[in-house]
Amino acid sequence: MKTEDLISMLSTNVEVVDHRRVGRNIAMAVAAGAAVAVATVFFVLGPRAGLSTAGTFVPSLLKVAFTLIILVPASIYLVRLTRPGGERRSSVALVALPFIAVMLLVALSLGFAPGSHWKGTILSDEWLECVISIPLIAIVPFAVIIWAVRQMAPTDLARTGAFAGLVAGCLSATGYALHCADDSVPFFAMWYGGTIALCTYAGWKLGPKLLRW
Amino acid sequence: MKASLAGDAAAHRTLLNRLSVNLRAYYKTRLARIGRSATEAEDLTQEALMAIHTRRHTYDPAEALTPWVYAIARYKLIDHLRHTRSSMTDLPIEDAEEFMAQDDYAGTESANDMTRLLSGLPDKMRRAIQAVKLDGLSVVEAASQCGMSESAVKVNVHRGLKALVASIAREKRI
Repeated sequence: MKTEDLISMLSTNVEVVDHRRVGRNIAMAVAAGAAVAVATVFFVLGPRAGLSTAGTFVPSLLKVAFTLIILVPASIYLVRLTRPGGERRSSVALVALPFIAVMLLVALSLGFAPGSHWKGTILSDEWLECVISIPLIAIVPFAVIIWAVRQMAPTDLARTGAFAGLVAGCLSATGYALHCADDSVPFFAMWYGGTIALCTYAGWKLGPKLLRW
Repeated sequence: MKASLAGDAAAHRTLLNRLSVNLRAYYKTRLARIGRSATEAEDLTQEALMAIHTRRHTYDPAEALTPWVYAIARYKLIDHLRHTRSSMTDLPIEDAEEFMAQDDYAGTESANDMTRLLSGLPDKMRRAIQAVKLDGLSVVEAASQCGMSESAVKVNVHRGLKALVASIAREKRI
């Protein structure tokens, strides 16, 4: 086939395309993922007891706020990554900053707690459930986000996959925060942070396979 | 490019023609350096053109065009080298300027055979592409000729082009 033939084929009856579709579709996928994560937590695990009382509502809200601080910049960066060459336009450090900041804050508060309390707070009754639930809940949001990203053209597949995993992990953790009854900061840091990092790693590994175009 | 996004066929043709010159020059230099043929460069040029066409919605008109095209060209080259199991040459991400170098030799044919590729498509997609993209019928005419609704024609053309890209990629791996 001659290239000119291909060009005349491609340029016959050219459809109008909307470049705003990129941001919109990714945003819709993230929103759908959030809905799925919250719905899973509400209908499968059930919200924590007394969520409507101030005593449990405020700490839950704090946990949700922490995951959102990581989620929002990660989503914005994900949209950039889905355009060709998007990986050159901002540095990972800028996006990792909120994550590191949250973890530093937690480490600091952990430092003030007496060492003998660590084991009790980190290894409370719920840690296993947390470690299993967050990655499991993240699967569907991850699939939805990957599906949306596949319509675009990321050129750094591993990094794009990692951010899809990070966003999915955050969505899942946000939903899980409504169920989890353990409000201690070290617990949150260790198991939420750890599982979100795990989701990011999984996305990083899966990205090149799932996103190739 | 903005006119292309708005559906201006003549502008789209001019754009693809111009980009094909840059793409060909880029692939030829890179592939010649590792002892690959001009046919392979032409294959890649066509693959990149198809990618530019089918993924043109990922171009943001507020940005410069060259880095966007170059990112696609580079991605397709790396992908190609990776899947044809060659030694990975170092491809600096910084040489977008060099990419604008030109090479006018357009005589090489690629190994892609459109007739054969088309015959591998599902019937509806093949007929829609034949009518709209090869015979140049309007969507309305194509719809009545193929006995499909207008939106079905559009969807089949869109899916068909994607399937073509996919089948080119598949052939390469065998």
